Amino acid sequence: MLNEAAIKELNEIRQKYPNARAALLPALYIAQREFGHLSPEAYEAVSEILGVPKAIARGVATFYVMYKHKPMGRNIVQLCTNVSCMILGAEKLVDFLKNKHGLEPGGTTSDGRFSMVIMECIGACGTAPAMLVNDDFYENLTEDNIVKILERYK
Amino acid sequence: MTRKGLLNEFKDMEKVLLKNIENPNSADINEYKKAGGYSSLPKALERQPKEIIEEVKKAGLRGRGGAGFPVAMKWTFASADPKFPKYLLCNADEGEPGTFKDRPILEKNPHLLIEGMAISGYALGAEYGYIYLRGEYPEAKNILNRAIKQANDNGFLGDNILGKGIKFHLAVHQGAGAYICGEETALIESLEGDKGQPRIKPPFPVNVGVFAKPTVVNNVETLSNIPYIIEIGGDAYSKIGTTDCPGPKLYCVSGHVEKPGVYELPMGTILRDIIYTHCGGIKGGKKLKAVIPGGATTPVLPPDKIDCPMDFVNMPKHGSMLGSGAVIVMDESVCLVKVCYRILKFLEHESCGKCTPCREGTGWLRNILGRVESGEGIEGDIDLMLSVSGNMMGKTFCPLGDGAASVVQNFIKHFRPEFEEHIKNAKCRFK
Repeated sequence: MLNEAAIKELNEIRQKYPNARAALLPALYIAQREFGHLSPEAYEAVSEILGVPKAIARGVATFYVMYKHKPMGRNIVQLCTNVSCMILGAEKLVDFLKNKHGLEPGGTTSDGRFSMVIMECIGACGTAPAMLVNDDFYENLTEDNIVKILERYK
Repeated sequence: MTRKGLLNEFKDMEKVLLKNIENPNSADINEYKKAGGYSSLPKALERQPKEIIEEVKKAGLRGRGGAGFPVAMKWTFASADPKFPKYLLCNADEGEPGTFKDRPILEKNPHLLIEGMAISGYALGAEYGYIYLRGEYPEAKNILNRAIKQANDNGFLGDNILGKGIKFHLAVHQGAGAYICGEETALIESLEGDKGQPRIKPPFPVNVGVFAKPTVVNNVETLSNIPYIIEIGGDAYSKIGTTDCPGPKLYCVSGHVEKPGVYELPMGTILRDIIYTHCGGIKGGKKLKAVIPGGATTPVLPPDKIDCPMDFVNMPKHGSMLGSGAVIVMDESVCLVKVCYRILKFLEHESCGKCTPCREGTGWLRNILGRVESGEGIEGDIDLMLSVSGNMMGKTFCPLGDGAASVVQNFIKHFRPEFEEHIKNAKCRFK
């Protein structure tokens, strides 16, 4: 079950909407944060608090890529490879991170430090290639600076 | 007019949407007020809601999300519907690849958007508003939430705005990584807590929108124009830009230019001038190969077709669309089959799956493009792609399917020899 603070947070968010169902997306975000990913327990908690059937919650969550359905690393590297990033070398960075640093797209490093996710456009096209590490934007990436950036995340 | 003259004129143009953003604290309410912010809202509240809609009509404002629909018309429909409450939704789900124009407003000028929404809410008789923000903008979420709190504390939002008894509540709703939610009915589904699958129209959101109530969905940039229209009046505003599409426009330029970035210029600025005058031309003095003028799903243009005014009315006459104003510039080193493949891979991933021609067609096209790009294409693949895309066109609920078909058709239309070369030589020479 969610802890008291998370339940309180969710009930406050619930007040922003005319019905409980509309709070499903934010509720899934909270559950994901608290449980690490959307585990059966996470769906159980969301379902119980909002009164939304678990099957519905799961159906909605699996539509959106930002909900995770397996345990993730401590840090999530989200590298964009869409057109503007691609023509400025994003795919070379994907290969570089895979071959030199063991970051496999869709995978998690064995020490649990990083999960790597390939993103569709993250809105940093003017400073491509770009990535998000957790909630932090990094832009104008090169093989040199990307390694230094990742060093900061333990 | 000389090129230099043009430059000076643009330099002198007053910034409306990107005003004050060099100020590191521009997102703070006090800095916004110091720069003249929140002076349009009190003026608007002195007038009748109908007069505000009339002013926006005179301004000739068109929606900046991509479709270019006249804003006042949308507002009039929603305003005339007797159902209550009404909702105002801000579409901040900018996900069209190449688009990053709304991000500076969301992160640096959130109060401009909030003031625009408060005025628009009053004009529509809407008491509730949501900003549907894409999940990939976590920083903007915190900035917007802070700005909304400040606006509430200062009486610009809430139950009794500026003591006038007018109510407008605003909240941020965070998306979770689905391109399709930028489509207004998919956005509404997502806000209601469902999968982002577009609805069939009619009924239109202005009558049956979110929570089955009259709903207006406007883009971030659109709503951010409202305070300025109130400030200078619709007539004066209509003199900026082109006659059919007035106002300032944010163009976001990426790819192989010397100075990529977001540029606020009069609507209708010539595409060539955006690339060569404002962005300093092609990076490293290389040769221009192709331009996607309005985001990844708008028709690609070859270098001899870029002398076109970038607005909603003129771009279709020049074989493309303004879309979101996201200009992607590609130099001679780029493989256009690869770019076309990447866009289709994206659209296959983002197709919501509701309409068969889109769900299946995007996958087929991605598959064929993939084999052509990797040198495994077979004779007839180009015609097969034209056949598949022709069978998708006009057969889906929302524009995603049409967009996918049009991307392939236009890449082939302008760059067919490059596709043929891949098949004939059984390899890509750009690798």
